[in-house]
Amino acid sequence: MESVGSIIMYVVIALAIVIFSILAVTTRKILRAATYLLFSLFATAAIYFQLDYEFLGAVQIAVYAGGIVVLFVFSILLTSHPGDNSEKLASKSKTIGLIGAAAMFIVAAWSLLSRCEMLVSRPEMSNPDMQKVGEALMGTAHYQYLLPFEAVSVLLLACIIGGVVIARKR
Amino acid sequence: MELTMIYYLIPSLFMFCCGVYGFITRKNMIAILISLELMLNAVDINFVVFNRFLFPGNMEGMFFTLFAIAIAAAETALAIAIIINIFRVASDIDVREINKMKF
Repeated sequence: MESVGSIIMYVVIALAIVIFSILAVTTRKILRAATYLLFSLFATAAIYFQLDYEFLGAVQIAVYAGGIVVLFVFSILLTSHPGDNSEKLASKSKTIGLIGAAAMFIVAAWSLLSRCEMLVSRPEMSNPDMQKVGEALMGTAHYQYLLPFEAVSVLLLACIIGGVVIARKR
Repeated sequence: MELTMIYYLIPSLFMFCCGVYGFITRKNMIAILISLELMLNAVDINFVVFNRFLFPGNMEGMFFTLFAIAIAAAETALAIAIIINIFRVASDIDVREINKMKF
């Protein structure tokens, strides 16, 4: 049984996710779309906090909300006039998109809801503290992740070089 | 009322479907990228929820999400570099206008 506070918190988060996801893909001003994306990323971070993954929530806010959305805003300001409305969608592409997304939602939601054994309640868990997270990131034993950690660092280096090479002036 | 797994999976599924809708209908390349981020984010929520509810002692889902966030950041940075370069060449980022390399 959950406390009333966490249920209210959950309702707020779920409503925020639903509303801001819709607004992010339907608004016609591109800068507003980036702002709504920021809010739905914050709601995701709130879900991580509610599920006791504090480190993950902090990473979500720092990397997604702090890094990626800033990149989006910069590139929007570089490539388009932020006040402009994008042109109205043709009703054909709108219909196709709606049918595709709704069909997918119905099929996936039906298959989720028909699995009753997936409705498990939340088991007890202590927060993974920083020492546990750090040891798992830096170890080479079973369930430890040094190799992907290093692979990601090489990937980020390659991404920096690639970004500079692609975007520089010729 | 008890908050079970399904209460987290349905909003995440909804977020993913919003991403699919935006990916199909949007014409601006940056808007398409924003829809892609929504989809990636929804999948990340799923990993964390499955980890938390089914295997609460382990941290696989959490680390998968951690690396997925890092890779999404790299992918977005490169995609934005490509978009800015396209804008410099074609002075437009509408996907219908980018057809110079079309066979």
